[in-house]
Amino acid sequence: MKLKKIISALSIAGLGMVGIHAQAQVSGDVIRIGFITDLSGLYADIDGPAGAEAIRMAIADLGGSVAGKKIELLVADHQNKPDVAAAKAREWFDTQGVDMLVGGTNSGTALAMAKVAQEKKKLFIAIGAGTSALTNEQCNAYTIHYAYDTVALAKGTGGAVVKAGGKSWYFLTADYAFGASLQNDTANVVKAAGGTVVGAVKHPLSASDFSSFLLQAQGSKAQILGLANAGGDTINAIKAANEFGITKSMKLAGLLVFINDIHSLGLKSTQGMYLTDSWYWNKDAETRAWSRKFFEKLKRMPSSIQAADYSAASQYLQAVKAAGTDDSGKVSAQLKKTKINDMFAKGGYIREDGRMIHDMYLMQVKTPDKSVEPWDYYNVVETIKGEAAFTTKAESKCASWK
Amino acid sequence: MEIFGIPIQAFLGQLLLGLVNGSFYAMLSLGLAVIFGLLGIVNFAHGAFYMMGAYVAFVALDVFGLNYWMVLLIAPLLVGIVGVVLERTLLKHLYKIDPIYGLLLTFGLALIAEGMFREFFGVSGQSYPVPDLLQGATNLGFMVLPNYRAWVVFASLSVCLSTWFVIERTRLGSYLRAGTENPQLVQAFGINVPMMVMLTYGAGCGLAALAGVLAAPVIQINPLMGSNLIIVVFAVVVIGGMGSIMGAIITGVALGLIEGLTKVFYPEASNIVVFVIMAIVLLIRPVGLFGKEA
Repeated sequence: MKLKKIISALSIAGLGMVGIHAQAQVSGDVIRIGFITDLSGLYADIDGPAGAEAIRMAIADLGGSVAGKKIELLVADHQNKPDVAAAKAREWFDTQGVDMLVGGTNSGTALAMAKVAQEKKKLFIAIGAGTSALTNEQCNAYTIHYAYDTVALAKGTGGAVVKAGGKSWYFLTADYAFGASLQNDTANVVKAAGGTVVGAVKHPLSASDFSSFLLQAQGSKAQILGLANAGGDTINAIKAANEFGITKSMKLAGLLVFINDIHSLGLKSTQGMYLTDSWYWNKDAETRAWSRKFFEKLKRMPSSIQAADYSAASQYLQAVKAAGTDDSGKVSAQLKKTKINDMFAKGGYIREDGRMIHDMYLMQVKTPDKSVEPWDYYNVVETIKGEAAFTTKAESKCASWK
Repeated sequence: MEIFGIPIQAFLGQLLLGLVNGSFYAMLSLGLAVIFGLLGIVNFAHGAFYMMGAYVAFVALDVFGLNYWMVLLIAPLLVGIVGVVLERTLLKHLYKIDPIYGLLLTFGLALIAEGMFREFFGVSGQSYPVPDLLQGATNLGFMVLPNYRAWVVFASLSVCLSTWFVIERTRLGSYLRAGTENPQLVQAFGINVPMMVMLTYGAGCGLAALAGVLAAPVIQINPLMGSNLIIVVFAVVVIGGMGSIMGAIITGVALGLIEGLTKVFYPEASNIVVFVIMAIVLLIRPVGLFGKEA
């Protein structure tokens, strides 16, 4: 009799245990996403506070919880300083129980955060950073690079412009790691497609005046001026190119241009320019529907990065749900075996090296009379298949993907 | 014909562009020199006033439909008034203590102004069109010079020279200079020195705003435009000699030219050449090229 009692008690306890097991294994009883980006500096418009809002939208669309566990978002500004980004990431992993970190703009900060996440064995999804090193030389099992990279930009814009007859190139390059890698990647594409590079000039980051560099570019007699820079530098270079009549003798190719840059420059000075991006709000009905929701909240259309913030957060949370745990290894495995189909990407998948493979879009800026509403800026000229857009296995230097 | 392996046309073109940039430096460093010379304040908020000038131009056109020429008057006036208010409420308490406090205060004010504009306008910046009258470009044979840039050189050099004339050659200017040497004595002659100092600060800020309006059509207006430029302008003032008005003008233009040439010969060094020159000048002549020996 006594034995029977003990057995039934044990079995009840056992059932209880099973019950606990069947429930999600979520650390700290909360799913905590950290988001570290430039909230106040020169990249704050393409990602920044609106990027955080996009992640909040993803959380809200899942009802604020998965597997019965509440989802929380932490947001911090890295001020474009890698050391600040790394310190914040470390603090969050150690003391706040952050389960997954989303990295915003700036390649330097992303590389720093990837290191910390790897050390802590936590998932890191880089969105706004451009450097292809994240999934190439410096790849690791915990890093996913989601939206775009310099290789995809180079293959997209570089390839298309040469195909359209722009054979000879001159580069205007921001004098730091990102500019050099963008110039280098593009030059390779141009040469492989049968074009030539006649020269390049390096300008300091945040240069106030581009006229002198542009005059040198014009003297080169090249057909294409490749802008291997970003943000304010690209904007000021394009402005000056128009003012000095460079655009009459050369065509501009913006190698990293976001819709916010076009918005602040206006169509008059950017019309006809080719650019490559991972997403465009006015691409199809699904992207438009989501973008209108975003617009209602923020009074502007989303950049590709902000759309990718939404998509990455939402895919991550769905993977947590499917895996029934927030354990990084299991969620990562779940993410890597699931096709990504949402308003950001169709048929996307995450490769062994962490690269998210999805279609990229070559676009051309509309002329002012063809633009029918505010933010209606691009014609999608070509859809570049994911396999053709990113680094191939043969080209990759990722050690864990060999 | 070639100079140092560069075709003479390209060389002349770069010199001219250097002159355009130099005139911006001259105008900004002039305002700093006036404020330092007469008030002894190292005005770190100068870049913020420059940025505000550009934003006044943008808002005036975008919201009120006021054209460029009206803004050339309105922006310096409005920003000058902001300067006057700051001088009356904050700066005037600092004249008798260490100049470092003035520097810290104006630096803090600049950060606050930048933060406010960033919050309101975002960081991508706004575009301002070139006024109709100055549209287009003139082909000079060796280069195509946009008409607007030619206007910038003309406008800023005129403003610089008239400011120099007012301070160095008129009765008002002599009061100002005397007021800084010995305020008690000048006050004893029945001249309202605090009022004069206040207006000087306002005028210095107005000059920065005017430079901002002149710059608006050529560069992207954004909240950080001032802080990108102000460091170079400080170097210009230090090279010219703190407080020397003619020194600020000449050094501004000259450094614009030197920087322009560096962009051709060794572009990577173009953002440090000014500081290298500053270091050399400080070693050889610590008071600056045009500064008076103390």
